[in-house]
Amino acid sequence: MGITVEGARKRFGDFQALDDVSIDVPDGSLTALLGPSGSGKSTLLRAIAGLEELDAGQVVINGRDATATPAQKREVGFVFQHYAAFKHMTVFGNVAFGLKIRKWDKAKTSDRVHELLRLVQLDGLAERYPDQLSGGQRQRMALARALAVEPQVLLLDEPFGALDAKVRKDLRTWLRRLHDEMHVTTIFVTHDQEEAMDVAEQLVVMNQGRVEQSGTADELYEHPANEFVMSFVGEVNRLGEHFVRPHDMEVVLEADERTEEAMVQRIVALGFEIRVELVLADGTEVWAQLTRNELQRLELREGQIAYLRPVQAKSFNGSSPSHSPGASTPQGPKDEGDAEVSAAV
Amino acid sequence: MSPSTPAKWGLRGLAFGYLGLLLLAPVGLIFYKTFEHGIGAPLDAMTTPEAVHAIQLTLLMVAIAVPLNTIFGVGCALLLVRHRSWSNGVIDAIINLPFAISPIVIGLSLYLLYGNTGWFGPTLEDLGVQMLFSWPAMVLASIFVSLPFVVREVVPVLHEIGTEQEQAASTLGANGWQTFWRVTLPAIRWGVAYGVVLTTARVLGEFGAVTIVSGSISGETETMPLFVAKAFEQFNEEAAYAGAIVLALLALTTLLLMSIGGRRAKSSGAPIPSVAEVPVPTSNTKENP
Repeated sequence: MGITVEGARKRFGDFQALDDVSIDVPDGSLTALLGPSGSGKSTLLRAIAGLEELDAGQVVINGRDATATPAQKREVGFVFQHYAAFKHMTVFGNVAFGLKIRKWDKAKTSDRVHELLRLVQLDGLAERYPDQLSGGQRQRMALARALAVEPQVLLLDEPFGALDAKVRKDLRTWLRRLHDEMHVTTIFVTHDQEEAMDVAEQLVVMNQGRVEQSGTADELYEHPANEFVMSFVGEVNRLGEHFVRPHDMEVVLEADERTEEAMVQRIVALGFEIRVELVLADGTEVWAQLTRNELQRLELREGQIAYLRPVQAKSFNGSSPSHSPGASTPQGPKDEGDAEVSAAV
Repeated sequence: MSPSTPAKWGLRGLAFGYLGLLLLAPVGLIFYKTFEHGIGAPLDAMTTPEAVHAIQLTLLMVAIAVPLNTIFGVGCALLLVRHRSWSNGVIDAIINLPFAISPIVIGLSLYLLYGNTGWFGPTLEDLGVQMLFSWPAMVLASIFVSLPFVVREVVPVLHEIGTEQEQAASTLGANGWQTFWRVTLPAIRWGVAYGVVLTTARVLGEFGAVTIVSGSISGETETMPLFVAKAFEQFNEEAAYAGAIVLALLALTTLLLMSIGGRRAKSSGAPIPSVAEVPVPTSNTKENP
């Protein structure tokens, strides 16, 4: 059950959008497809919906091979980044669209539409037109429209991408809760790792038409399979062939054999979190994430010399972790292994 | 930066002066000339059997050519915009032919095709179909000259609305036909309406092509523009002016019908742009502050 994609390939002219992609989405789960633009995540979602035809591969929805099924018969709910609202119809007309196509009778349609409008908190706006709604309201209307026909799966293509930061945060909390109530298998596409980690139970990280890694947010953050995942899921500094999270970058005032000399370039206060930007002797720019208390204890000033001690570093080229962090070694093949180095760099 | 007030008024005056001199003055003068001695004379001129027939024939041209060109135009625009193919460029160029070729040349080419020595003429005559100097050839000429308008109006609107609404409809279970009637057509209706108005105006006023294939036989193959031209040549100024007024009124009626139709669509709900903003560029990314 759930959604399975096997060996999906899709090419647009010279561009390989999907290159042998396989994913497995458990029944009733909320999964995020995460990746930069051009990584193939939207193409994969559209292929699951039947809006894009695959060159090769198979799409199985709830145990049924849907590869050759046209979009109109796949029973998927699809939500577009720019809402795709039917502008000439009221909110009611939009949400009722799928039911009218299915020839529901009027009373039943009306009950169902109003039930959904309550669910997405748009009751009272049924007679409005999409132009008279805010972006957040339009997207909730689009969601109600997709849910009205009781789809087997719900697919959301960058659903909050066109909204401003505040509305986006509210909506994703709300989507999370909605999913807890409805338990419909849901996949959503995003390029925002924070959003993916906040909302989804399972993440699939994509890059250049391939799946780099899938797992829970914790798994991806703690055990990234490669350099790409490590730098895409969370912040990262690169020290030679080692990768260090900014919060694993300890700043001290006295040198020892494990520290690296650096100059404080800029100190940025972001509320409780402090971002300290430093430059190493070889010119590498890095940053360390400190708390306000740590900063006060260290009494750091811009222009000052300090020492960096990576508490935890990772390298992905399988070589022994004995290099000094500042040495600039050429970049190794990125997916040969996951050599974890703890406080030993 | 907006221009200063004197500059604004200057530009406005220039626009009004230009339009007044070139468009309003001649049209207004025809109205004045026609009704100079009251409504009786023009009314008499328009109730002769020849005039009544000319009006009927003109309306027949509109009744056949406009629906055909509308259906073809919408279908063709959908093909050009929604189905990418190497042949689209060729189709696009061919559709522009009537704009590029003089109506007289169109008339002559139809004459060659359907005349006694043309490709189709003799065969059709054997079948008992009289094309030239009869209404079928006149309808063909009208269709030919007014063919591009609906396509040209609908293509940009189709580009503008994009494909997402149609894709949304298909994920909601709508088939191609349902998607067209419930989503695409309502979304492009202003482009279609504008195209219909332009097509109608063109068919009402067509002279060159129709003049050649019709033979201009009074009371038989004479549309209103031909009637007006003949009346003018015969120094029957009263009939010529009256006929011109009839043509102008028919065109105005078309415009009026369209805006009434638009208003009715509005009272049934949809927020509708004015004719002036037919290809409505709306931003989808608006968000409440």
